Amino acid sequence: MEKIRVLVAKPGLDGHDRGAKVIARGLRDAGMEVIYTGLHQTPEDIVEAAIQEDVDAVGLSSLSGAHMTLFPRVARLLRERGMENVLVIGGGIIPPDDIVSLKEAGIDRIFGPGTFLKEVVAYIEGHVGK
Amino acid sequence: MSLVEDLLAGDKRAAAKLISLIEDGDEEATEVIRAIYKETGKAQTVAVSGPPGSGKSTLIHRLAQAFRRRGKTVGIIAVDPTSPLTGGALLGDRVRMGDLTADEGVFIRSMGTRGRLGGVSAATSDAINVLDAFGSDVIFVETAGVGQTDVEVAALTHTMVVLLMPGAGDDVQAFKAGIFEVADLFVVNKADRGGAEAVAADLEVMVGMGEETGWVPPVLLASGLRDDGIAEVADQVEAHFAHLAESGGLEAKRRTRVEREILGALAESIQARGLALRSGTAFSDWVDRVLQKDASPREAAQGLLETLGPEG
Repeated sequence: MEKIRVLVAKPGLDGHDRGAKVIARGLRDAGMEVIYTGLHQTPEDIVEAAIQEDVDAVGLSSLSGAHMTLFPRVARLLRERGMENVLVIGGGIIPPDDIVSLKEAGIDRIFGPGTFLKEVVAYIEGHVGK
Repeated sequence: MSLVEDLLAGDKRAAAKLISLIEDGDEEATEVIRAIYKETGKAQTVAVSGPPGSGKSTLIHRLAQAFRRRGKTVGIIAVDPTSPLTGGALLGDRVRMGDLTADEGVFIRSMGTRGRLGGVSAATSDAINVLDAFGSDVIFVETAGVGQTDVEVAALTHTMVVLLMPGAGDDVQAFKAGIFEVADLFVVNKADRGGAEAVAADLEVMVGMGEETGWVPPVLLASGLRDDGIAEVADQVEAHFAHLAESGGLEAKRRTRVEREILGALAESIQARGLALRSGTAFSDWVDRVLQKDASPREAAQGLLETLGPEG
């Protein structure tokens, strides 16, 4: 039986991890294996961890405003390392105008504040192995 | 079998994919394990066990750094519990090992226990084989932190490190059965806090009463947080392996592990075939007989076991 594995990471210097932890817990309760890597990860570390853990999806959380630099870099490095099949989702404080550019940069979906856990679960279940 | 070739060439992605195949019980896994098995047996394997919060991840992080400085490559298999209710797991051991991710000579894999008791999952033994074939010189297995009962992992590894911390129970704990009996090395972690010497003294008494095997488990004080006493732990891990090599213990360990692997695989396939019987009429007949007090559950199991002929 194939289990969905998701890496949940906080890129950059932002220390607000409550949202990432709530998501990690919600995905766990939905039967997924969640690898939580903690704060202050570089995009390089996140991609390397995604490779070693052979995950189906990477979830990035940012509340510091650096998402336009960090999220696309993760998506690009994943492609460069041959992990283009990995679903990349993001969450946090992301202005609506940025969402379009992030999609173009390879972030599959952005979830903002107020998102229900079941929406995130359903999205991942419906889109892994894209 | 290009994944296997890539693994033997040192490709981390191949190692990761192969471990997933094994964890998911993919049909390809049996073939893969067979293909890599002859490339195994080179690594030193070290289990690190202890109660939740005793500092296993932090200690492994420090030990990995120490072995890297000694020119060794390192593999880490970090096991955390799978929920028996949802099948999900939160695997959080990488949080303490962050800066190892960027090290080319380190491979870290997190695994859920996926229904297995004993601190490791059914796939852990084969994951060790994958990292061994991949070329890791030293492989650490961090147990799920169930503490007293994770004896299973001792049979899969060369050296069993048991971690304790101050303030977690009296000296009677040290006399209980379980991992204390299979430890090759005791580390009293968090020695930067008060009370560590007392824990070590209690352990020394217990260790001194042990059987004469030519190896008396050393009791060491360390602080993973402050990186104190780590070189001494690494020295003793190496000394234990050298002792095994000189005393013929390596051969004995290898045999024990193979026996354990065969028994594990046997139990798994019998269980799978047993569960498959559930949908048959013989099974429901036995259930009815037990309900009518015409047979005991044990007799029913015996009767069903006799119907398990050769596979096919």
